[in-house]
Amino acid sequence: MYTILDKQALNDAIKLMVIEAPHVARKASAGQFVIVRIDDFGERVPLTIADFDRSAGTVTIIFQEAGKSTKHLGSLNAGDNLATFAGPLGHPTEIKRYGAVICVAGGVGIAPVYPIAKALKEAGNVVISIVGARNKGLLFWEERMRTVSDELIVCTDDGSYGRKAVVTEPLKEILSVKNIANVWAIGPAIMMKFVSMLTKEFNVPTVVSLNTIMIDGTGMCGGCRVLLEDGAKFVCVDGPEFDGHKIDWDSLLSRQRIYLNEERIASGRWEHICNLDKSDETAGDKDK
Amino acid sequence: MTKQERMKIPRQEMPLQDTLIRRGNFEEVSLGLPEDAAVKEAERCLQCKKPKCVEGCPVGVLIPQFIKALREGDINEAVRVMKIKNNLPAVCGRVCPQENQCEGNCILGKTGEPLAIGRLERYIGDYELSRRTCPMVKPHDTGKKVAVVGSGPAGIACAVDLGREGHKVTIFESLHSAGGVLIYGIPEFRLPKPVVHSEIDYAVQCLGIEIKTDHIIGRTVTLDELLGEYDAVFIGTGAGLPNFMKIPGINYSGVMSANEFLTRINLMKAYRFPEYDTPVRIGGRVAVIGAGNVAMDSARCAVRLQKSMGMESGEVHVIYRRSRDEVPARLEEFHHAEEEGIIFDFLTSPVEIFGDINGNVTGIKCIRMKLGDADASGRKKPVPLANSEFTIDVDTVIMALGTSPNPVVFTNNGNLRRTNEGTVVADNETGRTSRERLWAGGDVVTGSATVISAMGAGKRAAADIHRFLMEGM
Ligand SMILES: Cc1cc2nc3c(=O)[nH]c(=O)nc-3n(C[C@H](O)[C@H](O)[C@H](O)COP(=O)(O)OP(=O)(O)OC[C@H]3O[C@@H](n4cnc5c(N)ncnc54)[C@H](O)[C@@H]3O)c2cc1C
Ligand SMILES: Cc1cc2nc3c(=O)[nH]c(=O)nc-3n(C[C@H](O)[C@H](O)[C@H](O)COP(=O)(O)OP(=O)(O)OC[C@H]3O[C@@H](n4cnc5c(N)ncnc54)[C@H](O)[C@@H]3O)c2cc1C
Ligand code: SF4
Ligand code: FES
Repeated sequence: MYTILDKQALNDAIKLMVIEAPHVARKASAGQFVIVRIDDFGERVPLTIADFDRSAGTVTIIFQEAGKSTKHLGSLNAGDNLATFAGPLGHPTEIKRYGAVICVAGGVGIAPVYPIAKALKEAGNVVISIVGARNKGLLFWEERMRTVSDELIVCTDDGSYGRKAVVTEPLKEILSVKNIANVWAIGPAIMMKFVSMLTKEFNVPTVVSLNTIMIDGTGMCGGCRVLLEDGAKFVCVDGPEFDGHKIDWDSLLSRQRIYLNEERIASGRWEHICNLDKSDETAGDKDK
Repeated sequence: MTKQERMKIPRQEMPLQDTLIRRGNFEEVSLGLPEDAAVKEAERCLQCKKPKCVEGCPVGVLIPQFIKALREGDINEAVRVMKIKNNLPAVCGRVCPQENQCEGNCILGKTGEPLAIGRLERYIGDYELSRRTCPMVKPHDTGKKVAVVGSGPAGIACAVDLGREGHKVTIFESLHSAGGVLIYGIPEFRLPKPVVHSEIDYAVQCLGIEIKTDHIIGRTVTLDELLGEYDAVFIGTGAGLPNFMKIPGINYSGVMSANEFLTRINLMKAYRFPEYDTPVRIGGRVAVIGAGNVAMDSARCAVRLQKSMGMESGEVHVIYRRSRDEVPARLEEFHHAEEEGIIFDFLTSPVEIFGDINGNVTGIKCIRMKLGDADASGRKKPVPLANSEFTIDVDTVIMALGTSPNPVVFTNNGNLRRTNEGTVVADNETGRTSRERLWAGGDVVTGSATVISAMGAGKRAAADIHRFLMEGM
């Protein structure tokens, strides 16, 4: 059992949790992930390690409430326990001195991008960060990102905050005028696809962190496989970071949709159970 | 009873769950021999002076002795004799390929039907599970510490034997549940999970063995670190890395490895979705490629999912490039699969998978084969027949083509010798590897094999580790 020590809501949909997991904290580094299972009925959910504290033996995760599992996770509180917290998994980000680099983050992707930007900055790179979200309510950690970036551009799809644009617009402008050594992009697959298509035009190496559907997360099932130019790879053990220019994005996008229908069933059922709980509480109130 | 009288007793049949009903549920198919049938079966044994059956058993279970005790009504003694060599009789009695091992050698098989040794082993195992007659005792502590990596049959057998010698044993398992393939691979209807949990928990409790789940060796902790902290380390990480065929179309949605399919169902209980959160997708027309135990398990799970989802007209094909005579699965499972309505396409090999514009599987193109001369493995080699391609319409493809060792455990372990296939090089008798104080056994050394051979390797390694710990050599 792994105890939730702290929980914060970064906004309506995105939550941060600090978990007591010394076995993971000991070895964790930026770019790696954990597998979380809430209870004996739960699925194995991959989540990026957003931060860790080796001496305290804690690991921080940040997640967006998307479907049943992340909503359920978000309903837990400090003091509650998780059944599984396994990791660290995947390869750490390769941090070295590249020169001027751009970090692009979309939505909850800000969480995994932050430690990478921080490490790149510490390694002496000039870091330009572009952070995008659908609307203002989905943004978080703007100040944190600013402290590790030489330049920070914030945009929203609907213009409710920062510049009204998708992340590829400012990216294209910078690539047209500056000499950029490397780009990191983490966010929804569709965003990573368009970032990669753009940087390919400019011939700038691009690292993306793929979020395929996973089961074990240890290389045993092949469910996370992705097609690269040189054959199929398993995201959990060969990644999660890959060269964005070599990925068959359409295959990746279609494989992410495999369980859409089941996810809807699970999510609907979960919300139904939650609402029943709430109506139980109100019924209880009436009795008082 | 005279020998002639014994030989007249018919082999006792295993009661089975009704074929039509069992196609729609995940409950156990074989129900176990009742007491009178077990004793009657035991009466058939000739108590050979030189028992051939024992020679066929990879761990040398004292077969005539346990059978004698059983028919004399001393079942506690039968349990004791069994547990000298085999700690998991309820598991082995259910999944061992007896027809190639003990029963394949039984002298009764020369003229009639061999003794049903597997069924008797299961009878003993189940009796013991419900009564707990034979507590294993931990002798005094030797002060030595051993790390066992992987909690499959190899790791468990090794840990139990070391625990019995009084060493402090810690098992590291990457998944959230111990048991290896017994938990994530072999389905409930062949091996109920409570049987596995119970066998493992019991051994662990009696011997004070610690199991650390959620520990991926090579990531959470490295082998080097384990060697720094423990007096000896045993690797029993199995062969869990799935192979995909190198044909076009394997990345379409609906193509999965048997490991993915079976892990969703067995470890994650996807057949009970949405009560359990993990789903599994199955279409009305399924192709399973391969014909080993893994393929049979996948095909039989697929039938059950189809029926429980109301797809009464569903079809499950097993596509196999050799013929019926070469099917590598346990005979019993092959028969059960046939009874359950699985369609076998023999002498057939897939060449391409087709999909629609949304990336979903729509069909599988195959080519007919014929059997040619024997190849290196001694089996007749399948040869493609020119211009014999044809397509089967399917929406799900499950690849059950064998597995190789998962390399994660070896991260940063350059000097541990491994073969080109990724298996660890280890001495067959002792399990010693090229690294000092590091042993290995089971599927990680042999490639995909059997539960009992993995247990045998775990036990031989335990004996050698014990010798090393006590005598320093
Ligand atoms: C290596 C890795 C690291 C990740 N790190 C984070 C993280 O730090 N924070 C975070 O919020 N999410 C992260 N994800 C994604 C996260 O695992 C999924 O959002 C989660 O599994 C959704 O589960 P659910 O049951 O709540 O939603 P579901 O009901 O499973 O899905 C809801 C929606 O999310 C989509 N979805 C499902 N699974 C995934 C997936 N694995 N990736 C992307 N979309 C998915 C579905 O198509 C659906 O539209 C990561 C994924 C991977 C592979
Ligand atoms: C579907 C299926 C059906 C089968 N049916 C039969 C049958 O009927 N009869 C039969 O005799 N055999 C059968 N087999 C084969 C048999 O199950 C295996 O030969 C046997 O389980 C091998 O045992 P093992 O201990 O070597 O490995 P496994 O059982 O594979 O156990 C290895 C364990 O190590 C863990 N592990 C792996 N890497 C790490 C790591 N880095 N750190 C920590 N832990 C790790 C794994 O999670 C796993 O729990 C079947 C196999 C499958 C897949
Ligand atoms: S070979 Fe057959 S008859 Fe002889 S001892 Fe073994 S089980 Fe009994
Ligand atoms: S999640 Fe199973 S192999 Fe990657």
